[in-house]
Amino acid sequence: MSFGEDTSEMCLFNVKDGFLEAVVRGYKLGLLSTADYNNLCQCETLEDIKLYLTGTDYGPYLANEASPMHTTTLVDCCTRKLVADWKYMRENAGEPMGRFLDYCTYGHMIDNVVLIVTGTLHERDVQELLDKCNPLGMFDAIASLAVAQNMRDLYRLVLVDTPLAPYFSENLTSEDLDEMNIEVMRNTLYKAYLDDFSSFVHGVGGTTGAVMGEMLSFEADRRALNITLNSIGTELTRDDRRKLYANFGLLYPHGQAELAVAEDFDQIRSVMEKCPPYQAIFSRLGLGESQMLDKILYEEEVRQLINTYEQQFHYGVFYAYMRLREQEIRNVMWIAECVAQDQKNRVQDGIVFTF
Amino acid sequence: MSTQNRYTCTPTVSVLGVMKARLGGATKGHSLLKKKADALNMRFRQILKKIVDTKEEMGRVMKASFFTLTQAKYACLGDFKHTVFDSVDQASIRVRASTDNVAGVKLPKFESLKEGQGSKLGLIGLGSGGKQIQECRKSFMKAVDLLVELASLQTAFLTLDEAIKTTNRRVNALEHVVKPRLENTIAYIKGELDELEREEFFRLKKVQSNKKKHQLAAEALEKARLAALAAEKEQEEQDKPGPSPILAAIKKVANDFY
Repeated sequence: MSFGEDTSEMCLFNVKDGFLEAVVRGYKLGLLSTADYNNLCQCETLEDIKLYLTGTDYGPYLANEASPMHTTTLVDCCTRKLVADWKYMRENAGEPMGRFLDYCTYGHMIDNVVLIVTGTLHERDVQELLDKCNPLGMFDAIASLAVAQNMRDLYRLVLVDTPLAPYFSENLTSEDLDEMNIEVMRNTLYKAYLDDFSSFVHGVGGTTGAVMGEMLSFEADRRALNITLNSIGTELTRDDRRKLYANFGLLYPHGQAELAVAEDFDQIRSVMEKCPPYQAIFSRLGLGESQMLDKILYEEEVRQLINTYEQQFHYGVFYAYMRLREQEIRNVMWIAECVAQDQKNRVQDGIVFTF
Repeated sequence: MSTQNRYTCTPTVSVLGVMKARLGGATKGHSLLKKKADALNMRFRQILKKIVDTKEEMGRVMKASFFTLTQAKYACLGDFKHTVFDSVDQASIRVRASTDNVAGVKLPKFESLKEGQGSKLGLIGLGSGGKQIQECRKSFMKAVDLLVELASLQTAFLTLDEAIKTTNRRVNALEHVVKPRLENTIAYIKGELDELEREEFFRLKKVQSNKKKHQLAAEALEKARLAALAAEKEQEEQDKPGPSPILAAIKKVANDFY
């Protein structure tokens, strides 16, 4: 990063994107704090939770929800807030920030496409499927996905117009589309997406490149770790597994090569511990304790996301905002589920405090 | 003893025999049904106990299962519900119904059969939360097993309940309706027969006494006649010695003839 680039960034960032950065920092202040979470944990019923959330940024979205509350409605309301914020930012974004924001949602888009495609193959109702789609990952042509009768048509008629087209064309052949396990397909697409996103942020460069590079490599490593963990004992071969790892990240390439052949949790652990940042994470895990790994990884992610707000003039804050909100919705879901299922002693296990 | 509560029949010895046979049958049937009711009741209690246990366990398992679902939702970045729906191509658990026989009552019994592991399910949540989804799957499998067991018990419970009610109704009907009625009928027939016997005896006595009376009268008449004859003879002998004119006439005729 040269001095000149940095200075120009500082000079010119606010001209185009200053407004939205201010907006997103404002949104960030609306995230639930530790005190909020502590209060939420005290709630006895879902109504209490709703009442408390009405006093936060979620208020307008929750106020008109009729009783009785369900966890799903609660989560839906919270998601609506995120979607509304995101839409507002997307509508006000110039280039290249608009593309950046789009990139952030491609992950959801992949999920939606996979959902519609599998749903169509099982002859489900399109409207029903569309309702189930993640609103962040919606795109104009999504409903026409269901028109396609087979995968070749699907690609030729629909996907080619979506931003996901290159991921399909570069990574999947038409035979793959018909035969591949849907989860493998999803992860192949996700890998392509991460690679693409990574090269995009490096293209943007500057602070964005640095901050987002770090975030994405954590994301890539986490996915690699999860894929390895989740594919132990399944029919996924080592080569297939290797193909699902993104081509960057702290583990790339040697760590990934070792992960690809790992057969149990301890092997994974020893691979991960070779990498200093992950050594710290794994040292917090007791031996043989894989249950808490998700939460620890979430915590690490949140820590990194919050760090993005320490710097100015970059796009990472938007990505971080989306991720933090999603984590917050997960937290709310966890608290609500614990309350609804009368498992309040477990409530602390799932909350990842943000501020 | 009410006279209403009996079968209408002609009080004869043969009917009495039939009734006695019926009473014997009713008593035997009653004791058999009583035994059956006891057996059913015993089974009923066992099932009840099992149901209570299973329900309690069900509560625990369900709670745990739903919590694993929450954990899975938490660990997954996206909603995995539809992926799971679409990955299911055939049932992995089937229920087979068979019957169990308790004291002649057929109880439905359900067994769950595991069929081929859904291979497509193995990779769900590969990118995130796969382990939790598998955990969730396992715990719900357990819950389904319990559910099937509970369903089997509940159905058996209901069927058994019905059977016990019917049996008890029969036992009570035999004990409180059929048997008393038969007993009453028998008592009635016996009473009637006794009455008949007494009547017959009385009639016989009467006939006998009548006979005696007649005999006595006849004897008295004979005696009187003989006495009269004797008196007449004596009178004749006193009036005219010698054979009576009649005798003399008879002798004369006899002599002429021979």
